[in-house]
Amino acid sequence: MIDIKNVSKTYDDRNRGRYNALNQVSLHVKKGEFVSLVGPSGCGKSTLLNMIAGFEKTEEGMIEVNGEKVKGPGPDRVVVFQEHGLFPWLTVLDNVAFGLKQKGMRKKERHELALEQIKAVHLSKFAASFPHQLSGGMKQRVAIARALVMDPAILLMDEPFAALDEQTRFILQSDLEEIWGRTHKTILFITHNIREAVMLSDRVIVMSTQPGTIKKEFNVQASRPHSIGDPLIHHLERKITDELADELEKVVKGEMGDDYRIKKNHFSGPSSDSMGFGI
Amino acid sequence: MGYRIFNWGWKFPSPQQTFQAFYDGFTEGPLWGAIVASLRRLLISFAISIALGTTLGFLFARYRFLDQTFGFLVVALQTVPSIAWLPFAIIWFGLNDTAVIFITTIGATWTMSMASRTGIMNISPIHLRAARMMGAGNGFRMFYQVMVPAAFPHLMTGIRVAWAFAWRALVAGELVARGVGLGQMLQDSRDIGDTATILCIVIVIAIIGTLSDHLCFKRLEDRIMLRFGNIK
Repeated sequence: MIDIKNVSKTYDDRNRGRYNALNQVSLHVKKGEFVSLVGPSGCGKSTLLNMIAGFEKTEEGMIEVNGEKVKGPGPDRVVVFQEHGLFPWLTVLDNVAFGLKQKGMRKKERHELALEQIKAVHLSKFAASFPHQLSGGMKQRVAIARALVMDPAILLMDEPFAALDEQTRFILQSDLEEIWGRTHKTILFITHNIREAVMLSDRVIVMSTQPGTIKKEFNVQASRPHSIGDPLIHHLERKITDELADELEKVVKGEMGDDYRIKKNHFSGPSSDSMGFGI
Repeated sequence: MGYRIFNWGWKFPSPQQTFQAFYDGFTEGPLWGAIVASLRRLLISFAISIALGTTLGFLFARYRFLDQTFGFLVVALQTVPSIAWLPFAIIWFGLNDTAVIFITTIGATWTMSMASRTGIMNISPIHLRAARMMGAGNGFRMFYQVMVPAAFPHLMTGIRVAWAFAWRALVAGELVARGVGLGQMLQDSRDIGDTATILCIVIVIAIIGTLSDHLCFKRLEDRIMLRFGNIK
């Protein structure tokens, strides 16, 4: 479905000079797969997503979607942005129908299709509202509906739930899992949140920074729907956290100097040998 | 009488005289004709300058090269009072309507183009990306479906300022040009020393300016701001 081969990308930055955002990244995502990318900030995961979406040019290597080279943005790969990106001057209904309008669909037809998707994300009551009247979670639901109405083969999600509060995020995660189970879209999901990645994905890809490369892959072989109580999920979450700790240290050192060190498994309370006083 | 503390003599009209001038002007005089003629010129040049200004602003926002060369020129032109172009206009077009419309247009275009440039440059890139992704393309459809509405708050400010600028330029131009109009009427009244009519016209100009701003633009702006969710 998505084929990424030896993709590299360099940026000219005023402060940092030329730097490698991505270095020889190769990745294959199968049809219907839910893949998450996790990594510290600046590891190039958003850059990779933008390149798949066609917002940024590929300089080296190549990205193919369905066997075709990515040339620019298109309705077959729809992005759900972190800041929803809804048009404030359009109602929820018109926002969702915007993509269909561009396809030249008639008003009645596109409104029907849009309403169907709005219903699927449980917002029928708000079809005539404007985005500013909705909460953050609702806006993100509209963004998802707007993406799904295009019936894309691939959903690209760039930290879609990062700006939401914990409860809302939790609900949206399970909704997304449900949507994925129903539609079998190929989803590439970017997140900072390791639990979110493990909970949602079939495969979690850990990226390292400076330069951005793929460090390790984890297959999540838990049964669907994933549950927090599953020991396998817990185990994976822990393993990924450890894997990322090294990367985080690199980032922090880069920002704050060499004397900073993240202490692993260090807890400066009473030592674990002591059974406490109450016994 | 209280209003004649400074003893202006005939140089300043009494309220009664002014009212009389209003009455005469509207019932039998040329006031209606003058207002209609002035508004016609104003609307023509206003329409031209809004279209021209928005297009220019779009081009400046889109092409860096243009912005860095002509963009600077526009800032410079904006500081020139449009009446300064009148001598040119008279040489090119003569003392007629075209000359007045020309300087009125010039008076409003630059402000409009600066406002639309700022508006379009401040569109959040995420909206442009989202629109391109959904197939809005890069041409005219993108322009009127995304860029214009996204830049609307800025455009609206530009339109209001442009309206005020056009009004000023128009009256200034009409003072010199021949024909029918509020400016010409001012000039004619000065020639015959009819101060009541002069004051009456000044008041008419102020009222039309305020009313049009309040009834048209302010309402439109408020409605749109409400949609965008930034209620002031």
